[in-house]
Amino acid sequence: MLLRHTSSEVQQRGALTINPAKTCQPIGAMYAALGIHGCMPHSHGSQGCCAYHRSALTRHYKEPAMATTSSFTEGASVFGGQANLVAAINNIFTIYNPDIIAVHTTCLSETIGDDIPQIIQRAESDGKIPEGKLLIHCNTPSYVGSHVTGFANMVKSMVTYFSESGSGKKLNQVNIIPGWVEPADMREIKRLCGEMGVKTVIFPDTSGVLDVAMTGKAEHFPKGGVTVEALKTTGDSKATIALGEVTSGPAAKALDVKCNVPCEILDLPIGLAATDRFIDTLRKILHIEVPETVTEQRGRLLDMIMDTQQYTYKKRVALWGDPDQLVALAEFLVLLDMEPVYIVTGTPGKNFLKRIEKVIGNCAFKAEVKAGAGADMYLMHQWIKNEKVDLLIGNTYGKYISRDEDIPLVRFGFPIFDRVGHQYFPTVGYRGGMRLLEMILNVLLDRQDRDCPEESFELVM
Amino acid sequence: MTVENELSPTKVKEELLKVFPAKVARKRSKAIVVNEPGASRQIQANTRTVPGIISMRGCCYAGCKGVVIGPTRDVLSITHGPIGCGFYSWLTRRNQTRPASDTDPNYMTYSTSTDMQESEIIFGGEKKLKQAIEEAYEAFKPEAIAIHSTCPVGLIGDDVHQVAREMSRQLGINIFAFSCEGYKGVSQSAGHHIANNQVFKHIVGRDDTTVDAKFRINLLGEYNIGGDAFVIEDLFERCGIELICTFCGNSDYEGMCRSHTADLNLVMCHRSINYMADMMETKYGIPWLKVNFIGAEATAKALRKIAQYFESASLAEKVEKVIAEEMPAVKTAQQDVKTRCEGKTAMLFVGGSRAHHYQELFREMGMKTISAGYEFAHRDDYEGRDVLPSIKVDADSRNIEELKIEADPKRYRPRKTKEQIKALKAEGMAIGEYKGMMPDMDKNSLVIDDLNHYEMEKLLEIYKPDVYCAGIKEKYAVQKAGVPCKQLHSYDYGGPYAGFKGAVNFFYEIDRMVNSRIWSYVQAPWQQRPQLEVGYVL
Repeated sequence: MLLRHTSSEVQQRGALTINPAKTCQPIGAMYAALGIHGCMPHSHGSQGCCAYHRSALTRHYKEPAMATTSSFTEGASVFGGQANLVAAINNIFTIYNPDIIAVHTTCLSETIGDDIPQIIQRAESDGKIPEGKLLIHCNTPSYVGSHVTGFANMVKSMVTYFSESGSGKKLNQVNIIPGWVEPADMREIKRLCGEMGVKTVIFPDTSGVLDVAMTGKAEHFPKGGVTVEALKTTGDSKATIALGEVTSGPAAKALDVKCNVPCEILDLPIGLAATDRFIDTLRKILHIEVPETVTEQRGRLLDMIMDTQQYTYKKRVALWGDPDQLVALAEFLVLLDMEPVYIVTGTPGKNFLKRIEKVIGNCAFKAEVKAGAGADMYLMHQWIKNEKVDLLIGNTYGKYISRDEDIPLVRFGFPIFDRVGHQYFPTVGYRGGMRLLEMILNVLLDRQDRDCPEESFELVM
Repeated sequence: MTVENELSPTKVKEELLKVFPAKVARKRSKAIVVNEPGASRQIQANTRTVPGIISMRGCCYAGCKGVVIGPTRDVLSITHGPIGCGFYSWLTRRNQTRPASDTDPNYMTYSTSTDMQESEIIFGGEKKLKQAIEEAYEAFKPEAIAIHSTCPVGLIGDDVHQVAREMSRQLGINIFAFSCEGYKGVSQSAGHHIANNQVFKHIVGRDDTTVDAKFRINLLGEYNIGGDAFVIEDLFERCGIELICTFCGNSDYEGMCRSHTADLNLVMCHRSINYMADMMETKYGIPWLKVNFIGAEATAKALRKIAQYFESASLAEKVEKVIAEEMPAVKTAQQDVKTRCEGKTAMLFVGGSRAHHYQELFREMGMKTISAGYEFAHRDDYEGRDVLPSIKVDADSRNIEELKIEADPKRYRPRKTKEQIKALKAEGMAIGEYKGMMPDMDKNSLVIDDLNHYEMEKLLEIYKPDVYCAGIKEKYAVQKAGVPCKQLHSYDYGGPYAGFKGAVNFFYEIDRMVNSRIWSYVQAPWQQRPQLEVGYVL
């Protein structure tokens, strides 16, 4: 057994996290910053943070994840990181020449209280920021929230630094804040909006950055990413649609306050109903017709669900991951007549518990749901030991539980280190819903084929 | 691709430095050396990373928890700090381990952390740490717990060592702490040193039980990535060599406690573990030998050295028998891959030893290393230990504790007399020596310490090597530039590459990479021949 020390006896823990269902803020900020075109994310702390984040993102995407660090030494940790950051800014612009540097902090620089805007000012007055080059920042103390919080903070900074309401005239465009989803998902959201005839500014946008085509030529700054020019126009957009309350909500609200752009905060469009709400919101706020092609995509997903419902009905599922994903995913599973009985996220948030309660509250099954302190994969595994599930949905770390308990695993969320597909094929929108359902069905049917007696081995399923 | 290049290495060096601001160029210039064996060229190493330059390096915590302490399966590691550090070092290093039975402890699949919150940063984290240790004890009942400090712990002044002592008394198990905050030192290297110190202080020598065997050794600096240690263990077993403990791969606490009963220490990764070898020699009288089990010839050489050290004809005979059993398969594979790989070029930028060791394997398959360097090494890893007295200790290294070690009054037992050592040295056995990487590299090859992303791209552009060896952060950037990249930290989830069997694995892996047909498809047909010559008349 790989997790041989996990017993079914649940002990009260108040201080020790075992096998976390979250990681720290800065990696979220780094991922978000990679979604700006020509941007170098910069980690203001010791170099290990940056190395760990780049490694994790690279393992997940099998793509280069470029980022720089202030490389704090003990001296910098005592006397402050100003000299390191100013030197880094000079070196980055000179050597790598990005359009923009997006600085995020770490627990180290937050604990010593480095004032980033003041240091940026210093770099500017020292002439270390070339003409036309930009710097933005956000605070991402690792001891608050989780990786999701860091993502939300960097996205909000894009608004704080760039959004302008220029002429006062509204542009015929909508801001879409896609939340922490994959490049393929951002691409699919853009495609769907395009199909609806909606002009969008989507930010951040990691498509074309972390799913780059092989050309034989490495680029520091690939073609993709939202441009600063586009970000500046977000203040003149007709509306903002924030997908995912936790990851996208703060930026949308900030944009409303700053530039008076009304916002709709929706769930991530994962599954049929959440995608319906996304499409319908676009329709309502823009007074447009939903094209037949989109309704057809919906119909195909619906058709697939009806055709295969017998295999998902009453299947018990354990899920772990990030709040925005879990809310939408749980809703989709309920729609498939599945039973998301264990739901865990390391990211704290009372609202998450309320949202989940709303999604599964009327269901016949009893669920264990936990968020924040003490909500880790070890606890979820203990629940599973007490009463088994039919399916696990979550990141790669679930493979240890999957093997020990002989329960199939659908890889979903962050990080996925051991399979490909998530970079290239979306799970959002109707087509994404079909892919998600396909993945779920395949593991369940494979399991039936493996476990059933020979006489009931089915050719047609 | 040919080794011949229009640019001389000195010109290449100039090219690499051109873009840097003057101050950075001056600094980097000292880390780039045109090799000339025998000329004792000095290289700058183990100095501060240039901020913003995109180094390959990680931090002190990674070197301590991730590298040295992590691979021992029954020492429970608790990361004291915010959640990230514990999360990123969770199972990402591929240290394989094989507990004796299904019920023997193995904590390596678990990541435990105090997940510090803002209130602990403000009011201190000692209380939470104590409670976490109690909870860990309740959940796992380990014999030993290691506490690893992350950056904020040192800044807010939590006394992790005091907590360890107190909890050790309370729970009656061995609990010790590492002040391995990420900002210490200039790379992972500081973490190796800190880990060595604490393991030596708190584990080594706790159990005097001696195994009844003739040739007792420890293997130091072997981390069992991809099962390398399993291959080496098998060779030892077949030769009748008793392995007390490996620091640290497929290792357990008991072996570490008894490691001082060995009669010889073999050092694989000199950088990460030489402190342990030195301290064990001083305190217990165990000599050490630098060996390399990467490469078939190197493996044979290492095994012969062991036999020579123990001055045993029967051991020498067994060693020869094992070599004779293993070599034919290696030769067959070698001849096969040479037909496709001979003359091709490689670059290696990795670790503190592997950039040296793996040159052996490339040599055995007829490939040439044109440039190499370490990520976190010191000058002695490049130039040899003879330079140790002349290395200046700077402010960043001064704060890493040097333990004052003396001979153990009861247990110090020189395994060899001074005369014996002298005689062995006269026979050419380099006891307690390491000559470093540079003497083994060709004249005019480029040796570069702490290579950064920009320099890497330039090297790829100028030399277009057939294969480039580095880590996960570099892997896809190199391949996007059209050059296959072999990860030599994680082995690209393959291996083992140690010993004779490992050599064969490596030969075929590199053969696959440098001769794969996929690289010829990078250009689409219409990019190769954009001119339309004949077309349909429409």
